[in-house]
Amino acid sequence: MKRTITATVTNTSGVMNRITGLFARRNFNIESITVGVTENPDVSRMTFVVNVDNHRGLDQVIKQLNKQVDVLKVRDITDESIVARELALIKVVAAPQHRAEIEAVASPFRASLIDVGRESVTVQVTGDQDKVEAMIDLLKPYGIKELARTGVTAFKRSTKKTTIDHPRYSVIN
Amino acid sequence: MKMEGKMAETPTQENDAYEEVSGSSMLIKALAREKVDVIFGYPGGAILPTYDEIYKTGIRHILARHEQGAIHAAEGYARVSGKPGVCVVTSGPGATNVVTGIADAMIDSLPLVVITGQVATSVIGTDAFQEADVVGVTMPITKHNFQVREVSDLPRVIKEAFHIATTGRPGPVLIDLPKDVSVASGIFNYDEEVDLPGYHPTFVPNKLQLKKLQDAVNQAEKPVILAGAGVLHAGGAAELLEYAETQKIPVASTLLGLGAFPGQHELSLGMAGMHGTYTANMALHESDLLISIGARFDDRVTGNLKHFAPTAQIAHIDVDPAEIGKVVETQIPVVGDAREALKGLLEKSESRGDFSAWRKYLHELQTEYPLWYHKDEETIKPQRLIEDIFTATDGEAVVTTDVGQHQMWAAQYYHFNKPNRWVTSGGLGTMGFGFPSAIGAQFAEPETPVVAVIGDAGFQMTAQEMSILQELNLPVKIVLVNNASLGMVRQWQQLFYEERYSNSLFPIQPDFVKMAEAYNIKGEKVEDPSKVKEALQEALAHNGPVLLDVRVTADENVYPMIAPGKGHQEMEGIKP
Repeated sequence: MKRTITATVTNTSGVMNRITGLFARRNFNIESITVGVTENPDVSRMTFVVNVDNHRGLDQVIKQLNKQVDVLKVRDITDESIVARELALIKVVAAPQHRAEIEAVASPFRASLIDVGRESVTVQVTGDQDKVEAMIDLLKPYGIKELARTGVTAFKRSTKKTTIDHPRYSVIN
Repeated sequence: MKMEGKMAETPTQENDAYEEVSGSSMLIKALAREKVDVIFGYPGGAILPTYDEIYKTGIRHILARHEQGAIHAAEGYARVSGKPGVCVVTSGPGATNVVTGIADAMIDSLPLVVITGQVATSVIGTDAFQEADVVGVTMPITKHNFQVREVSDLPRVIKEAFHIATTGRPGPVLIDLPKDVSVASGIFNYDEEVDLPGYHPTFVPNKLQLKKLQDAVNQAEKPVILAGAGVLHAGGAAELLEYAETQKIPVASTLLGLGAFPGQHELSLGMAGMHGTYTANMALHESDLLISIGARFDDRVTGNLKHFAPTAQIAHIDVDPAEIGKVVETQIPVVGDAREALKGLLEKSESRGDFSAWRKYLHELQTEYPLWYHKDEETIKPQRLIEDIFTATDGEAVVTTDVGQHQMWAAQYYHFNKPNRWVTSGGLGTMGFGFPSAIGAQFAEPETPVVAVIGDAGFQMTAQEMSILQELNLPVKIVLVNNASLGMVRQWQQLFYEERYSNSLFPIQPDFVKMAEAYNIKGEKVEDPSKVKEALQEALAHNGPVLLDVRVTADENVYPMIAPGKGHQEMEGIKP
């Protein structure tokens, strides 16, 4: 199962190395890591998307992270009301006559064309993982030349959204 | 014995604070503040400023002949004294030579503070002479590590290092000290409180969890305690004894937990695990409540997890929450110090269950299937040798070992009735550990006999440390359990590789007696079974180091045994 975990860490040199090394040696399967400084310059926030087999595996990930001296707080926020966003840059093969079409595909995603070349355009899309995946799927038929994704970054919403458990039918949120 | 090293003057808070001193001077001052009375190490280029300070202050430093010897000595010291072992080495090869010992201390939870020299900050990252990324190398095998970039950080870092190494689950902490930082000067302020917002180990366990555990004990019919090294680290042996006695619960030990509960106590089942006693393993197998205290369900204890304690509710007391549920699913987790937990349980333990039928059953197993070996008058049986060491030392000695057959025999036949008398490489299984760790143990307990029970193969990995014995006339007794082979490897090749003894037989050996004599150490070869007791008594009475090269039955195997992949109920080699 896929879980989203955030951790605040002290902003010391090598802290990223500590965390990724921990994941590697404990055989934890990570899908993405993002890291960036928080409102406090001494503290960074990391967001992991991990794949674990069961709750005991998940428990171990959180406990092992917590054991690190540089890790201040760890939370599994998957089941909480959160905002989670990822950014993807997608360079798509696009002859001039296809550009308008690609733009039309991108527009409901509130994705934008941020670079235009002779043979390609680059689409920038922001959203949760499902939305980014959907955008990539739709652009695949045109031919994706390059793809860069940041991985998910997330935190809890200020107010609880009551509809969190309800299925969403739109890819736009 | 004589061990009069010059002690560093212990600086008082008044005379050492807030004066401008060099980084290396800060280090020595901080060690004095931490009441470090001995450091083990080896000098070299990048650590020269620190060694100059050692020279000037006269803090007691034990010079090993290889950095591996220094770190294992620091481990032995830490295990026996309960205080952090301190090891100082240089950059590059000096630091990489202590990697084995750091990994050993990490997996066996020994508090160490390791100081490695490093090249100057201006050349870090340029592949400078004797440069190695020691922080990177040791990151996964230390509890925490630091590289000090500014001399002003040094006092705080050292204080944090000692704090982290000794609190919670103990472990090794490394400080990488670049040469320019140790030369730079700054203000030595060691009075700030440690402030680590990400490090707050739980010491006192949750009362509700303890109540849950005691309720489970009251309802159980076949409870068993599995005592691990966590009891020893917490200094909780007395509390464990009191709790087991009030509740009348039988106690099994892990390899590293030996001595946490008196081995010859009527409630003691002996060691559990691969070469444990049949009774201890069957107790785990048939129990309905397994209370693990400071033990981490190592694979050598559990055997095949599918068959492990199939009918038991698992209660696990551990200071490290990550150990709980890591290997076996746990119904009653208790996070906290083992001693605090036992004290808490003792408060709640007025009511008690009746486990007499269970104890009677286990007692019958003990009588029927004790540890055993074929008695033999022709050769020196290694098991008998350990029993003789037990008798000759009245069970009072500190016994250290490497890994392998001799280790298992020592664990089985030296009964360890007292805590902190057993120093062995459990988790990592390090050859070359036992002898130098005996040196460290002797520094921790100058008046206690220390016997290094070592295989002939492992001894050759760190034998150079006989120099320390020679130099200080340190009365460590080395007993070589010499079977002219890499015994445990040979045993596995016999049992699982159709007797293809690949590189495990050592028909050509050095003359160990001459080796000892080359270091001016009394050496004796013992081949006659009737001479063993006498040789041991003479060695123990001798005022100085002795090496006994005891030629034991060459093809003796360690039994009983749980073969790899088997469960506790499938022990082989129990008494017929």
